[in-house]
Amino acid sequence: MALSSTASSRRAGRRSPLVTTALLVAGLLATGGVYALVATSASADTRAASAQLVDEGGKLFAANCATCHGLAAQGTAAGPSLIGVGALAVDFQVGTGRMPLAASGPQADVKPVQFTQEQIDAMAAWVAELAPGPAIPADRYLAGDGDAANGAQLFRTNCAMCHNVAGAGGALTEGKWAPGLSNIDPVHVYAAMVTGPQNMPVFSDLNLSPEDKNDIITYLRYLDENPSVGGFDLGSLGPVSEGLFIWIFGLGALVAVTIWLTAKSN
Amino acid sequence: MSTTAAAPATGSTEAVPSRGMRFTGWAANYVDERTSASTAVKALGRKIFPDHWSFMLGEVALYSFIVILLSGTFLTFFFDPSMTEVEYEGSYLPLNGIPMSVAYATSLDISFEIRGGLLMRQVHHWAALLFVASIGLHMLRVFFTGAFRKPRELNWIVGFLLFVMAMALGFTGYSLPDDLLSGNGLRIIDGMIKAVPVAGGWISYLLFGNEFPGTDIIPRLYVLHIMLLPAITIALIGIHMVLLVVNKHTQFAAPGRTNDNVVGAPVMPVFAAKAGGFFFIVFGVIVLIASFFTINPIWNYGPYDPSPVSAGTQPDWYIGFADGALRLIPSNLESVIFGYTWSWGVLIPLVGLVLFLAVVALYPFLEAWVSGDKREHHIAERPRNAPARTAIGAAGVVFYAVLWAAASSDLIATHFRLSIEGVILALQTLAIAGPIIAYLVTKRVCLALQRKDREIALHGFESGRIVRLPGGEYIEVHEQLDDYERWKLVSYEEYQPLMVRPDDRGRITVRQRVRAGLSRWFFEDRIAPVTVRELEQQKH
Amino acid sequence: MAEVHDGAAGSEVEKHETAAPAPATAVVRADRIPNPGFPPERLRVTDLDPKKEKQAERTVSGLFLLSIVGSIIAVVAYIVLPIEEGNPGSVRLNNLFLGVGITLGLLGIGIGAVHWSKALMHGHELVEQRHPTRGSDESRTRAVEIFRESNKESGFTRRSLVRNTLIGALVATPIPAVALFRDLAPEEDPIALLKQTMWEEGTRLALDPSGVPIRASDVTIGSVFHVIPEGLAELESHRLEEKAKAAVLLMRLPPDELNIREGRETWSYDGIVAYSKICTHVGCPVALYEQQTHHLLCPCHQSQFDVANHCEVIFGPAARPLPQLPITVDDEGYLVARRDFEEPVGPSFWEREL
Repeated sequence: MALSSTASSRRAGRRSPLVTTALLVAGLLATGGVYALVATSASADTRAASAQLVDEGGKLFAANCATCHGLAAQGTAAGPSLIGVGALAVDFQVGTGRMPLAASGPQADVKPVQFTQEQIDAMAAWVAELAPGPAIPADRYLAGDGDAANGAQLFRTNCAMCHNVAGAGGALTEGKWAPGLSNIDPVHVYAAMVTGPQNMPVFSDLNLSPEDKNDIITYLRYLDENPSVGGFDLGSLGPVSEGLFIWIFGLGALVAVTIWLTAKSN
Repeated sequence: MSTTAAAPATGSTEAVPSRGMRFTGWAANYVDERTSASTAVKALGRKIFPDHWSFMLGEVALYSFIVILLSGTFLTFFFDPSMTEVEYEGSYLPLNGIPMSVAYATSLDISFEIRGGLLMRQVHHWAALLFVASIGLHMLRVFFTGAFRKPRELNWIVGFLLFVMAMALGFTGYSLPDDLLSGNGLRIIDGMIKAVPVAGGWISYLLFGNEFPGTDIIPRLYVLHIMLLPAITIALIGIHMVLLVVNKHTQFAAPGRTNDNVVGAPVMPVFAAKAGGFFFIVFGVIVLIASFFTINPIWNYGPYDPSPVSAGTQPDWYIGFADGALRLIPSNLESVIFGYTWSWGVLIPLVGLVLFLAVVALYPFLEAWVSGDKREHHIAERPRNAPARTAIGAAGVVFYAVLWAAASSDLIATHFRLSIEGVILALQTLAIAGPIIAYLVTKRVCLALQRKDREIALHGFESGRIVRLPGGEYIEVHEQLDDYERWKLVSYEEYQPLMVRPDDRGRITVRQRVRAGLSRWFFEDRIAPVTVRELEQQKH
Repeated sequence: MAEVHDGAAGSEVEKHETAAPAPATAVVRADRIPNPGFPPERLRVTDLDPKKEKQAERTVSGLFLLSIVGSIIAVVAYIVLPIEEGNPGSVRLNNLFLGVGITLGLLGIGIGAVHWSKALMHGHELVEQRHPTRGSDESRTRAVEIFRESNKESGFTRRSLVRNTLIGALVATPIPAVALFRDLAPEEDPIALLKQTMWEEGTRLALDPSGVPIRASDVTIGSVFHVIPEGLAELESHRLEEKAKAAVLLMRLPPDELNIREGRETWSYDGIVAYSKICTHVGCPVALYEQQTHHLLCPCHQSQFDVANHCEVIFGPAARPLPQLPITVDDEGYLVARRDFEEPVGPSFWEREL
């Protein structure tokens, strides 16, 4: 939507535009960085994986992930164990480009995705084989056709303090940040809630049921599809961007007018 | 009298007046016989207003206030400040069925159900931000040109009170929609009030009509916002205008302009047309912004609830400096003395800000005391010609700006990929070092500019023309200024530091010492304006 | 009254010689460079060229016509772009076109009027003399006389008993107004209220906002629950007041990472801890939990609390740790409070430690 272009370009700017190959190499060599590994007992649904897919995933894992996570995904000093994190965590981390890690920093950043969805599915299947963990949820929990009002309320209680009420993102401690949530694939939203990547807390199905999660996805979808009714949203950053705007553009324009107004005509 | 202006319409005795003119004449006569309006027209109709762009900033404030009154009146027709709980049934889907206060529900209805309601809300809020911003810029203009000097000290105070009123109006208005953002703002106010020694807990309890948040605060703030504060503001604007007329406007030094005259356009017709037209331009710019840019999307925030909060919760810009001051205080500042709790973490910024504002309000009296100058000043000074004042102003601006920036420390951190802790530490350092550096740098810059002015006044400016002398030497020809151009550079006030002298009883009082010290601080470094003698010596 | 100087070069600059007030430390030099008087006037193109004048006239009236068009656009937009129920896009369109119409209507008048005054109205500068702001000696003498006479006639200074009792009475009159403020809030002791919350022995911890009670087994490691006391969601009155004090964050940490403070061994359950969500600084909800660092961050003023170390302040303006709610589990496995908080929650106040 044209009206939200300021916001989305700013968010896009946050995603580091580094060269793809450099990212891959750097990611493999990166020694820092942290990674979420919390398993939850409950999961919405599972997807069967063929032996062939698992096999392919194993090879991809050995080539791309084992440097940090160990050949058996047991974890090393450079990266946490992935036993029991489940397919959903792999789909989130690799599917948003956060993994492989580009460079050590306060937190893994969103980057252009390095693998095809098939490759990601294969690695996810291989990791899921190691130990039971959260799986990709059924499509009905990702449809975004739930109760937006309930979703908005849950979002305000559980998410807005970090991600901002309009999903514009926000600051955490020591250089970390909660990312903006506009135009995110529903499965990644779902996965983030279930797996608690990095410093994000885990929201198990007993805290937010799969239906609740779908409601939250519904609300985020509503925000994506309906740009602010008042016009350009100035990044949805609240009073700070409004204040800067009125000083620079509002008062700036009027000062320009006063100069024209008091200049003697030719 | 003006040489060209036609005789005024009042009491016109043209030979064959047209129908329209006859009616105008009749109406003017009718009004005047009942109001003596012609006296006012005679006194004010040809009053002179000097032209300078910076003299229009106060008008921006005045006009945005009128826009606020108009749009605000429209909003009151639809807004209901009650905190009674209702279930939302309006057309904004993500709040459907959510319990909320009537205040929030009617704010949403203004935005989503009433044609032009959202426009008026946005006009009202943008105009409010512009109101305070233009007051701020106007105050800076007055400060840096010394336009607060005698006889305008009292009008500076009135203007300062208007600035405070504008902030109070802004804050009470910010709280009215009763959404999550404004509710958390009130929560912070509640927390600050509770820190007040002795009576804090009680003041909060009485203000909110119960424990926070209670069900009374929105109606109470509403009465303040639409009645008491606007009434005081309008009265103060009236006083501000009357004093403006009595004191007449300052003007910048220019050939022919002296401390004893005002040069410019008359109210009727030129200034009236300009100022009237400018009102429509200010109004138009505000509506333009309101039609293209969202302000305070209350629907995103949801109803107030003490448990949720949004990342990036900030007050409107003009309260930012106070919020920033709260953020910059170091951890764990609290002490219990005889069982009573002093929360220094809140009290220090609170008292600090009150002191800062007090210094702003009282500065004209301080400067008058230091210089001892009892003359009237009607020439607006160029900032460079009062280096100490300009440097103090710059220090104040930097201090304010650092506090203001601190209010968005989290956004600075996320947007420049810094850590919050680093940003806060840098701003803490800047809050102390920044004003000092700004003071020193500004003072030096002012003195350097004065020196340059002096140089140009004496030797002219570099013409860019290179001439070869018979001896083979190349020189650049300096072109002398004419008298008119030079006047701007040489016509400024000059002060010297006060000498400490014993009084009648041979004593030197502390007061005297302080004054002498301040006077040295203000006037020790000074550049004297070029005199006739110097100029003549130069010519020979 | 104002006069035209008409740019007559070197026109005399009048000086008002009133009794000059003290310049004090101002330097008044005899050999100041004198004011050169007004420079010659520069005429505008519209003064010189009748064609340009005509053109400016057309521009001004064109702008006024544009303003009329704008106002019509606004009315048309109001009618043809109604707000449709449930369609936010229609609100946006209405806002945009109504606004643009009104903007044109206003800017047309504004720019037109200013252009009129700049290009077409009499362009000479006028001069008005200033006079000292103080009243003339005559009026000041008369004013003093009036005060003196009224003092004499009323006996204001002479009848000091009358005057002083009047002043006393005036001082006393606002006191009832202050007393009237007492009933701004009900007859209760606010300080006592600040020191208690809805939590008591056996109150179940429930999810915010649904009010569903939480079992210890639901709380997995790394998760955070936003908690209210069971029964709060159903309160008929004072729901928000209670919530403003009773909101709690529930987190589960790996037991080896949790430092339990002496005397609080029984306050947590198997790594599950509950802390007040209300910031001890000025009361914002401290809701940002980082599950790996175990830090809590307040989004309002960036105070940080370390959950692993009984929520002590590690950064930011807060001065006290978040109060901990002692919890345990009941027979059915639900998390319950052992008792109320042992200290007041939220921002500090004067009588807090009493």
